[in-house]
Amino acid sequence: MSEVFNLFMIGLGNGAIYSMIALGLVVIYRSTGLLNFAQGEMAMFTTFLVWTLSELGWPLPLALLGGMVLGFLVGALVHQVIVRPVGDPHEKPLAVVIVTIGLYLGIHALAKLIWGTTDQDLDKLFGGGQVDLFGTKVAWQKLGAVFVLGIEALVFYFIFQKTKIGLAMRAVASNPESAGLVGVPVTKVLMIGWGLAAALGAVAGTFLAPSSAVSPNLMQLALIYGFAAITLGGFDSFVGAVVGGLTIGVLTDVLPYFDDNLGDFASKMPLAPAFILILIVLLIRPQGLFGTKRVERV
Amino acid sequence: MSLLEVSNLTAGYGIVQVLFGLDFRVEAGEAVVILGANGAGKTSTLRALSGMIEAQGSIRVDGVEFGKHRPEKLCAAGVAHVPQGRGTIVDLTVLENLRIGAYSRKDPDVESDIAMWFETFPRLGERSDQLAGSMSGGEQQMLAIARAFMSRPKLVLLDEPSLGLAPLVTREVFTKVRELVDSTGTAVLLVEQNANLALDFASRAYVLEAGRIVSSGDSADLRGDESIRRAYLGGA
Repeated sequence: MSEVFNLFMIGLGNGAIYSMIALGLVVIYRSTGLLNFAQGEMAMFTTFLVWTLSELGWPLPLALLGGMVLGFLVGALVHQVIVRPVGDPHEKPLAVVIVTIGLYLGIHALAKLIWGTTDQDLDKLFGGGQVDLFGTKVAWQKLGAVFVLGIEALVFYFIFQKTKIGLAMRAVASNPESAGLVGVPVTKVLMIGWGLAAALGAVAGTFLAPSSAVSPNLMQLALIYGFAAITLGGFDSFVGAVVGGLTIGVLTDVLPYFDDNLGDFASKMPLAPAFILILIVLLIRPQGLFGTKRVERV
Repeated sequence: MSLLEVSNLTAGYGIVQVLFGLDFRVEAGEAVVILGANGAGKTSTLRALSGMIEAQGSIRVDGVEFGKHRPEKLCAAGVAHVPQGRGTIVDLTVLENLRIGAYSRKDPDVESDIAMWFETFPRLGERSDQLAGSMSGGEQQMLAIARAFMSRPKLVLLDEPSLGLAPLVTREVFTKVRELVDSTGTAVLLVEQNANLALDFASRAYVLEAGRIVSSGDSADLRGDESIRRAYLGGA
């Protein structure tokens, strides 16, 4: 049993990272109504910023905060310079989505150009220590990821549901024209959304990197799990992003314990479980577990 | 000095010109209608005023020239625009729609204003936590109008509120807005296809035909005027 519990905690820790990526996707979805395919690469880029600051001698928590601030600026800049000139995401959703795919490639290449392809090490934010929990040793880093995820989710829920800027973001996501007509500065709101998403990416990357490496490929797999998480939880739901990510993390780590074939399958085709889940959810419950089913009477 | 003074307004979509030098004005507290058939340029006129499409010519609000502008600037100048097709923000609740209407306001009376609107439109009060998109067409139109008034504008641009509404509901909407004009002193510039209702509602009218104003005057004088019949049925 303790073996399963151990796997469960590992899954929770990994799932927390998927949830963080999913939160970034939800932020963009809730301010533009679109999926941002470049979210993973924005996170990879900002993680490199965190790594660079820590190489300059900053303590890791401070480097993370610095990376988040720089990440916010990068995200805002990406919106202003690259996404906005393409046009209104509601009038040209396809064009903007394709631009995010272009961004995916562009940011990936830019990171290779700046930092090269050598794998870099990043320390664990919560150190290498373990804590004894119900007779199982659990890494502080895993618990830390869940804890930080919880804070992130609360902060974003508060921003979007309880503040004026959050209301403005939801209004812009739903109907930018009407939002502009009542005085909401639409461009500024979208810029803030992109900034927040990029800042969130720095956190996800900083938790993910120690178990692999800081490299331009950091987010390739994790982004797909982030997509699976928001599909399961609902594209527009912060709660959904958290529950979706954690569920997927736990399932992918615990299920193979009960069936060797599953583990074998997942290790040979690491992305397949995520895609299968996306497919099933879209077929059975397209709005996800916590997503809003769009109602519009005419 | 008029509240809104427009002269030689031209506008179009790309190379297609749709407005050809319009002159009109709206005085403070006045209800004015621009009548016209489908495709006459009514919606384009309001969109040009709001800066949602490229326009040339002079637009003055309280005597201040509005050159190139974005919609949010117009709101700051005291002009609210209820776009065609209602423009409610369907993914926000009724209450949130009213709150966002007051986005540019910094005074502390927003909440009491909302309470006032719930009194004016009890249906909105009953459904304050419901998503706007789940309401009926008439309710959404009321909500869009209430949201526009939430910014405490001097002038409301109202784009064809009768569109897609049952005749009885349309009449109810017009009656309510008329009451609002009288009680708040807010001016309304309405563009509308339904001439009978609109002439009852407004004190003055302009008739728009193929992007040009072909006649204007007091509503009472224009009723039964040949220019209206022609604007709708085509020249003969």
